[in-house]
Amino acid sequence: MTNRLLTVAFLAGLAVIFIQLLSGYAPDTDLNLTASYYANQTAPDLGAQNIVTGIIVTYRGLDTLGEVTVLFLTAAIVALVLVHGRALEAERGPKPFPAGELLQTGSRLLAPMILLLGIYVFVNGHLTPGGGFQGGAIVASAVLLLLLTDPMRRFSHRLISRIESTAGLLFVAIGLLGLLFAGGFLDARFLPQGWFGALFSAGAIPLIYSLIGLKVGAEFSSMLLSLSETEDEK
Amino acid sequence: MSLVTLAMAGGFALILIGLYGALNNRNILRIIIAFTLANTGVHLVLVAVGYMPGRTAPILDAAVPVDQANALIIDPVPQALVLTAIVIGLGVTALMLAYALRLFASRHTLDISKFTELKW
Amino acid sequence: MSTLTLLMAVLAAVAMLGGAAVAVASKSTPVAILAAGLVSLMASVLFVLLAAPDVAMTEAAIGSGLTTFLFFFVLGRVKEEQDDD
Repeated sequence: MTNRLLTVAFLAGLAVIFIQLLSGYAPDTDLNLTASYYANQTAPDLGAQNIVTGIIVTYRGLDTLGEVTVLFLTAAIVALVLVHGRALEAERGPKPFPAGELLQTGSRLLAPMILLLGIYVFVNGHLTPGGGFQGGAIVASAVLLLLLTDPMRRFSHRLISRIESTAGLLFVAIGLLGLLFAGGFLDARFLPQGWFGALFSAGAIPLIYSLIGLKVGAEFSSMLLSLSETEDEK
Repeated sequence: MSLVTLAMAGGFALILIGLYGALNNRNILRIIIAFTLANTGVHLVLVAVGYMPGRTAPILDAAVPVDQANALIIDPVPQALVLTAIVIGLGVTALMLAYALRLFASRHTLDISKFTELKW
Repeated sequence: MSTLTLLMAVLAAVAMLGGAAVAVASKSTPVAILAAGLVSLMASVLFVLLAAPDVAMTEAAIGSGLTTFLFFFVLGRVKEEQDDD
């Protein structure tokens, strides 16, 4: 009981702080210096329509490299923590009830389209809302659909880890090309800027974001697979 | 009441509800769910800070000519930050769930009051 | 800001907070997981209204899609085990 009282008291204190913050808040009327630099310079510097993409891939590219590294570490740790329970094919229990005909046909029809949508989202990341992270999540959800239809299906871990590591290596290699031929590490301007608003424009941004999409999709898929495949030790 | 205050108040309320759930539940899974709620609340507050009334999304298309972008778009920096935070949030959740599974495998319970090794 | 947009925002916020209350207070864990998914979905509606389409897409795909299924995988494994005991 005292625990609950303490909790409520703590939250009430936090609520007072939040109400103070909220009552004194007035939205800005002008962009601050950083934001107005991005607003003015993204189009002439990078040729990307989506300013958020410009920030994520180029202005804060190193941050994004760190982020995909963190994701890779998470996927690796999830697999490592759960690895003891991974049962062999023969030792698995009785097969679960098979999915219905409708579900199987539907998922076979839908999975390639979901994959295509994911690829569309990350290839067009510099033009429309979306990009590598969203596209990667959509690609992973296609894997998830297949996994839900047939829980016994085996995906090739080797293929997923190949895609993941190749995309990561190419990402760093493109960053180094930027160091050699343009302003610095992960500078996307070593490729021509092209026509503003076209698919092949904005230097290397679509290339980098597609690689991020592949890498993120592979990482999310491997997390989902390791959480769904492991069996408890008997 | 404007859109910004509404979203901010919603975000703060989500943080409070999430923290209450995390502190008051005994089931580890329910604690993780409460953490994801608080996480969403933080994202909402951050995006609301970047919003400015009467302006539009930071995408330079037909509605936003390049030379007027400075006067027409909202702050893109909080959006980029929150995008990163959401993706990392999924990684953190997956890690918490993996540890929860390991705890369950070792003790066959998810009740947090049964884990007393570090209690004093 | 038009009244209609504000009305939508109010509806989304109310649904979001109601979902959060259910997620914290509900007795059954599957209901709590689904309610948490609803919270993410309504938050992504609010992100669209706050002119952040990128964030809204991420939240809808990751927050309400993948997270919910991660929880259900773990819940299914835990349930199986508890039935055996």
